[in-house]
Amino acid sequence: MIKSLSTEDTLENAGLTAVEDFANWARANSLWILAFGTGCGAIELRPLMTARFDANRFGVAGRPTPRQSSVFVIGGYASVKTLKRIIRSYEQMQGPKFVIALGICPVNGGMYFDSYNTINQFDLYIPVDLYITGCMPRPEVLVAGIVELQKKIKQGRCDGANRYIENFDWYKANQKKVIKNWDMPDYNW
Amino acid sequence: MKHSTGHSASLDFAQPEPLDLSSGKYVKLWQGPQHPGITGNMSLELTLCGDEIVECKTHVGYLHRAFEKLMERRTYIQNFTVVCRIAVPEPTFNEYLYAQAIEELSGIEVPERAVWLRTLNLELMRLASFLMWIGGLSGAFGQYTVPNWTLAHRDYVLDLFEEMTGARIYHMYIVPGGVRAGLPDGFEQRAREIMDSTEKLLVQIERVMFNNTVFKTRSKGLGIITPDMVDPYGIVGPNARACGFARDLRKDEPYLAYDQLDFDVVTDNDSDAYSRAYCRLQETRQSISLIRQCLDRAPTDGPFQADMPNVLHWKVPAGETYVKAECTRGEYGYYIVSDGSEYIRRVHVRGPSYTHAIAVMERLAVGTNIADIAGLMVSLHTYPPEIER
Amino acid sequence: MLERLQREFGVTDINELKPGLTSLKVASDKTETLIRELRDREGYTHLNFMTVIDYIEDGIFTIVYMLHNYDNKDTLSIHVDIGRDGEDMVSIHHLWAQAWTYQRELREAYGIRFPGSPRLDEDFVLEGWDQIPPMRREFDTKKFSEERFGHREGRSSEEPREHMKVKLYPNRGGDEQ
Repeated sequence: MIKSLSTEDTLENAGLTAVEDFANWARANSLWILAFGTGCGAIELRPLMTARFDANRFGVAGRPTPRQSSVFVIGGYASVKTLKRIIRSYEQMQGPKFVIALGICPVNGGMYFDSYNTINQFDLYIPVDLYITGCMPRPEVLVAGIVELQKKIKQGRCDGANRYIENFDWYKANQKKVIKNWDMPDYNW
Repeated sequence: MKHSTGHSASLDFAQPEPLDLSSGKYVKLWQGPQHPGITGNMSLELTLCGDEIVECKTHVGYLHRAFEKLMERRTYIQNFTVVCRIAVPEPTFNEYLYAQAIEELSGIEVPERAVWLRTLNLELMRLASFLMWIGGLSGAFGQYTVPNWTLAHRDYVLDLFEEMTGARIYHMYIVPGGVRAGLPDGFEQRAREIMDSTEKLLVQIERVMFNNTVFKTRSKGLGIITPDMVDPYGIVGPNARACGFARDLRKDEPYLAYDQLDFDVVTDNDSDAYSRAYCRLQETRQSISLIRQCLDRAPTDGPFQADMPNVLHWKVPAGETYVKAECTRGEYGYYIVSDGSEYIRRVHVRGPSYTHAIAVMERLAVGTNIADIAGLMVSLHTYPPEIER
Repeated sequence: MLERLQREFGVTDINELKPGLTSLKVASDKTETLIRELRDREGYTHLNFMTVIDYIEDGIFTIVYMLHNYDNKDTLSIHVDIGRDGEDMVSIHHLWAQAWTYQRELREAYGIRFPGSPRLDEDFVLEGWDQIPPMRREFDTKKFSEERFGHREGRSSEEPREHMKVKLYPNRGGDEQ
């Protein structure tokens, strides 16, 4: 969708904006989800792919490897052990990448707020682009969330991956605070 | 009916000799948490020699939420919302067992209508869980027709749950004292229609999957459990029944309305992946017949919850009890200790996957092909959340 | 059978909790022989589970073994008291092939050691754990969670009475019931 040009835009800017719009449209319509059932939320991801709710019509497909996927769906709570693997998989995904967090547990810990093994605020460790509430969110809500994410991408507001790179030290400090057996590489882009 | 009357001296419980990993013969591979061929969020650390697995270590703990510690900090009625999340794909058995244990300790008698509704709920859950599992087994062997059918069909059963309880996955329907509500109007009609269509689907599955040469060749002889392994490893459920042991808690120690219902215990002679899957298929047919019987015989009027004390300040008398139920995977048990205060003292959840996924899996994986390991894992029907709670 | 166990193994506190479930208590040095006798001669071949109850007020851990007999459908709950501070317990990994997993979990959760049990020091569910064993009752899990993981401030909640006073009856003064 090419925006209408105002008189102040130069031709160069118009070209870049058009390319960016086209790129955003392409990204939004080909969201490939990483197949990693991190928690409870994974149970409603399977019905999402069946014919009744049919996420495929939005361009959503499940991929087995992070190198080929662009959306990471965090299904609910994240224990410390899983968080390390989430970070590893997230860093292996190539940008542009987006994160959807399901349920109330990534927001403030949910019903495991006093558990010694689950983290309370997920976006201290990985930037989140969209939160979908529910316990578990129904597939219809997941579809609505995908549509919302697509809208956000087309408007160019989903820059979680950029935030991660810009505030890399802050994220890494938070991650190292909870993950005690750190053996992952420290990137320095 | 076969029994293992003693423990065979020939069964070797010792841990295998450690391998010489620097010899260049072995490759270590993680069938890790981010993997499409694993049942849930756990990982297998495999050591391969060529194509064959020589050692397997199961790593769990990715879903550890410390339920047993959390439940000690909450009162009895607060625990009821937490308890169904312990076994994520099959939550209702947790609710039932927790309610049953508390009722035993406090001496609360559940009315008859609630007993029948609980049985109906549990059998529907068994059906939904089986449909997801058979899809998982077929997908683990790379044949994706059956998962698409069964996951879509399972949605009809989840619709029934939504009508009955208000939610698709975490129902929180079975409360201490009874159930939360009666059946809505027209439920029986819709449930019978869905049972008819599920039966037709099971016939199709049998034709497509169990008569398929590829599935048969790959799964026959995979992960054989011998009868002398059953008691030392504590193997329960269809894994043991496929070995010839006719042990089913619904028949041996009947609970709820099972002593008034009519069904058979399905056994088979040799427990490999194929016969375990076939046992479960037959059990699902039994389950459909049980659901129909429940719909026929459940009383339609009467109270569905007993008179309860004030649950906000509920002090259950001190004591301990162990209740168990036969879930899709085997014997599921809750051990509850209370000390007369408002907070529960100790809860231990005994999930059948605790032994199936760790001790049994590590033993059965030795000697299998790397391509079949996912099928072996799924055929033991393990759900990681109940291992580490 | 229970009288014989009382005589030979010094079993005490025999209590029938419900038909089919009996609990009894035995000293820690006689536990392994009692369990072996039950398994081999009396037919209690199924180990349901092994767990621990922490009685911090009495300074003991109570280890509970639950054994089941498939022939007469009877379950025994065997309680063994050991001290809370580093006392070891006899291992039963040679009696059941599944027991080492339970013992590994109890070592991690409570700090009880079972000498001879295979792979006892491997991490079971926790990774990089640097505190005391978490299931012990002196471990405050809420405090730990708030310190380590932080706490997100929620929105301010509307208390109904205050809300009504401000929104619906702004002109009335004082605290009227």
